[in-house]
Amino acid sequence: MRTDKALLEYHGQPQVRWAFELLSKFCAATFVSVRPDQRDEASRAGLPQVVDRQPGIGPIAGISAALLEHPKAAWLVVACDLPFITERTLQYLIAHRDPQKMATAYRSAHDGLPEPLCAIWEPAAREPVLACIAGGKQCPRKFLINSDTALLDLPEHAALDNVNTREEFAAAAAALQQRPRIAKTVRIQYYAILREQAGRSEETLDTSAATATELYAELRQRHPFQLGPEQLKVALNSEFAEWQTPLKHGDTVVFIPPVAGG
Amino acid sequence: MKPFCFSQAPLTPDSYRADLADVAAGGYAAFEGWVRNHNEGHEVTRLEYEAFEALANKEGERIVAEAIGRFGVLRAACVHRVGSLAIGDLAVWVGVSSRHRAEAFAACRYIIDEVKHRLPIWKKEHYVNGDSGWVNCERCAHPHEH
Repeated sequence: MRTDKALLEYHGQPQVRWAFELLSKFCAATFVSVRPDQRDEASRAGLPQVVDRQPGIGPIAGISAALLEHPKAAWLVVACDLPFITERTLQYLIAHRDPQKMATAYRSAHDGLPEPLCAIWEPAAREPVLACIAGGKQCPRKFLINSDTALLDLPEHAALDNVNTREEFAAAAAALQQRPRIAKTVRIQYYAILREQAGRSEETLDTSAATATELYAELRQRHPFQLGPEQLKVALNSEFAEWQTPLKHGDTVVFIPPVAGG
Repeated sequence: MKPFCFSQAPLTPDSYRADLADVAAGGYAAFEGWVRNHNEGHEVTRLEYEAFEALANKEGERIVAEAIGRFGVLRAACVHRVGSLAIGDLAVWVGVSSRHRAEAFAACRYIIDEVKHRLPIWKKEHYVNGDSGWVNCERCAHPHEH
C-alpha cells in the first residue's frame, strides 16, 4: 500500500490518534515519533512529538531520539499502524516488564522473534542503541535479539498483526467495526453560569469523546447549556488548551464562559 | 506578597502598598476597581465574583511578570476579591512601584486590562427588581428572554 498507514481509520479516527489515546491510558506522558518532514502533518501536528535526530534510518531513529529526549524514562514503544492492538496486550506487557533487562518485548506469533515496536525500552538501552546505530546497524529487532531482552508470549495471538494490502485493510476495518471505541474517564468542573445550568460544580464522566469539542457536544445533551462552543474557552488540567487537543484518561476539563473580572 | 492572589475577605490596599516599598522607587501607582450601583441601564444592589482559581492564579502571575518585564518597573502585584460584594466594595487592586511615574502608570494599566480580559473570573449582578445575571454570559445565552 503506497499510503501512510498511521492515517488509516479502523476506529473512526486516524490510527495514530487512536493509538495515542490508547497509550495515554498507560503512560505518564505520550508522544508521537515523527520524522522532521512529518511534524506538520495534520493528524500528528496537535500531539506532543519526538522528532527523529537521525532521519532516514527507520524506526530505530525514533527509539534513539526518545531515549535521548528523556534519558531516565522507560519508553513503551508501539507502532502506530497496528489495528488489532488492545489495552489487554499493553497491560500484560507492562505487568510483566523486567526493568533489569534492556527491554521487555513480545515474541512474534509468526516467527518467534522479538517485536521491537510493541515493547518497553529501558533507559539502559540508550548507549547500546546509539553504539549500534554508530556501527551502521539499524534493525531494532536484531538489536533486541542480540541484547538482554525479556521475551513474552502474546496473550492475544493476533494483537500485533500487520496490514499490508488494501484487501487486508478492508478486512481489518470490517472486523474492528464490532469493537467499541476507547472509553475514558474525565472530570469536568463547572463555574458560574455553567455551574448553575449543570446544577453541580463538578462531575466524573465515562466518555468516548476524543476532544473537548466532542465532550461539550455530549454534555449539551445532558445539561441545558445555552452557550455555544464558540463563546467558550477550554482548560485541560488547569491550563488553557485547544478544543482539538486529544482528551486523555484522567483529564480534568473546564469550559470557560465569557469572563468578567476586574 | 504574591504577584497575584485572590481574597475572600475585604481588600486592604494599605498593607499591599507597604509590600511594594523599595528604596530605588521614585513613585507608586495603584488602581482600585469598585463595585458601582449600575451597569448597562440596570440598578445593581450587590454582586458575586467567582473564579477558576487554579488557572487564574497561574495566568495572573504571568500577567504581572509580563508587566514587570515589559515596562521595567520594580515591583507589581494584583489582588482580586471573590465572594459576595456590596456597592462601594473594592473588587480588585493593582499596585506598581517604579523608578519613574510613566512606567508605573503604564504597568498598572496593562495589568488591569489583561486581568479583565484573560483571567477566568465571573461576575454575577443582582438587580433592584430581584433579577440577577452573569455579566457577558446572559444576553447571548438567553436571547428569547429579552
